[in-house]
Amino acid sequence: MDPIEFRLPHTIHRPAASAKHGPVTRTTQPIVTGTSVVAFKYKDGIMMAADCLASYGSLARFRNEKRLMAVGETTLLGVSGDMSDFQHLQHTLEGLLTQEYDMDDGQKLGTKSVYKCISNIMYNRRSKTDPLWNSYVIGGIDNGQKFLGFVDLYGTTYQSTTISTGFGGHLAQPILRRRVEGREDEITEEEAVQILEECMRVLFYRDARSLNKLRRAKVTAQGVEVSEPYALETNWDFAESIVGYGS
Amino acid sequence: MFRNQYDNDATTWSPHGRIFQVEYASEAVKQGSAVVGLKSKDNVVLVAVKRSPNELASYQKKIVRIDDHMGIAMAGLTSDARVLSNYLRSEAMRSKMVYGRALPVGRAVTSIGDKAQTNTQEYGRRPYGVGLLVIGHDDTGPHLYEFNPSGVVSEYYAYSIGARSQSARTNLERNFEKFEDMPLKELIVQGLRALRDTLQQGKLLDTLNTSIGFVGKDAKMTILDGEDTQAYLDLLDEGEAMETE
Repeated sequence: MDPIEFRLPHTIHRPAASAKHGPVTRTTQPIVTGTSVVAFKYKDGIMMAADCLASYGSLARFRNEKRLMAVGETTLLGVSGDMSDFQHLQHTLEGLLTQEYDMDDGQKLGTKSVYKCISNIMYNRRSKTDPLWNSYVIGGIDNGQKFLGFVDLYGTTYQSTTISTGFGGHLAQPILRRRVEGREDEITEEEAVQILEECMRVLFYRDARSLNKLRRAKVTAQGVEVSEPYALETNWDFAESIVGYGS
Repeated sequence: MFRNQYDNDATTWSPHGRIFQVEYASEAVKQGSAVVGLKSKDNVVLVAVKRSPNELASYQKKIVRIDDHMGIAMAGLTSDARVLSNYLRSEAMRSKMVYGRALPVGRAVTSIGDKAQTNTQEYGRRPYGVGLLVIGHDDTGPHLYEFNPSGVVSEYYAYSIGARSQSARTNLERNFEKFEDMPLKELIVQGLRALRDTLQQGKLLDTLNTSIGFVGKDAKMTILDGEDTQAYLDLLDEGEAMETE
């Protein structure tokens, strides 16, 4: 009779077990995408805007998406790029905020900490050659100081008084340089809204993956406020004079 | 001969609702030389008497820096304290790396409190044989915590642990209401005064056996030993001279 053989579970090699999950896969391109985020510092804090569109390739697939979100009480997060990767990060942040809440010790996770944490997540994923296909803009007020930072799928980070992602980097950034930089402590809320809308209008005219329905958000000493979606007025009169466009 | 059936390991209750191994571990804390901690509204201070095993040996370190904003003082098994301080240091580093912020002091202390508690609930383990006073300054101001082998963690205005530490506590209880608005220098002297009460007859605080640590709103965690303590010891004697006048 054969002797009875005992084996510890972890010493048993089952090649089928790993094959079951299929080959290792990576995100090689974004699928459902959000376009530009525009953000800058103004007198009372940070102002940010993004439209409500999530495109599926060139198809305007989801027309009521939220691409601006509050993280805790003093931090605002804007996202462009792959929407499912963003939802994954949302999940992670939700876990982090729940942990902080459970500590129940009056300590707050400040904007700089949120920024550092997201930057680490992004760099960690790119180091596994499995990046989250996004550019994030993180703004807020940390210890009474305005903060605005950027991080992308390579884990590249920088901080600036004006930040725009994607197409906005080409179309909105020159406007922000001209109208905001050097004046960030003077710009009133009214002017800030006006600058933001100018940027978003230019983007809507020229960026084929954008929508004229957008949300605005601000962080001030009072906290984070994300607006309801609203439409920008546009003027297409010029199209009349373009052959094959207007008529 | 008397034999206790309920002290073979730290996970067994006695019928009176006690865990003897934990109580023995707390005895180890009482054998270590005394440390005193106290705080004002901006600063928090540790003072300790160091011991040397014999004439030829150096004095055993009592206060350890964890990070720029946090430090600990130990009484009991120094080697156990080293395990805990290494852990605290790596947690403080992790907090800086991941979130770019100093580890909140309360969280640091509860994390070692949890480690100590696990030792009293899992078979085959032993409690830490060391008590700590943990000081630190974070977004919520200065803090003074006591950690002990049972895993209980408490926050104090002023406290002392170690040999004959009851005398220091009596002193602190008499004076702690004055600490709130005290400048750092005076707070240190108050600490030394309480610490002196724990000394045996005929023993004195001197530059060899005194250790001072502090951290505050405008001061990173600093430890003073040897000649650096002389200025404060002088202040201690001066105060004494004034009181007798």
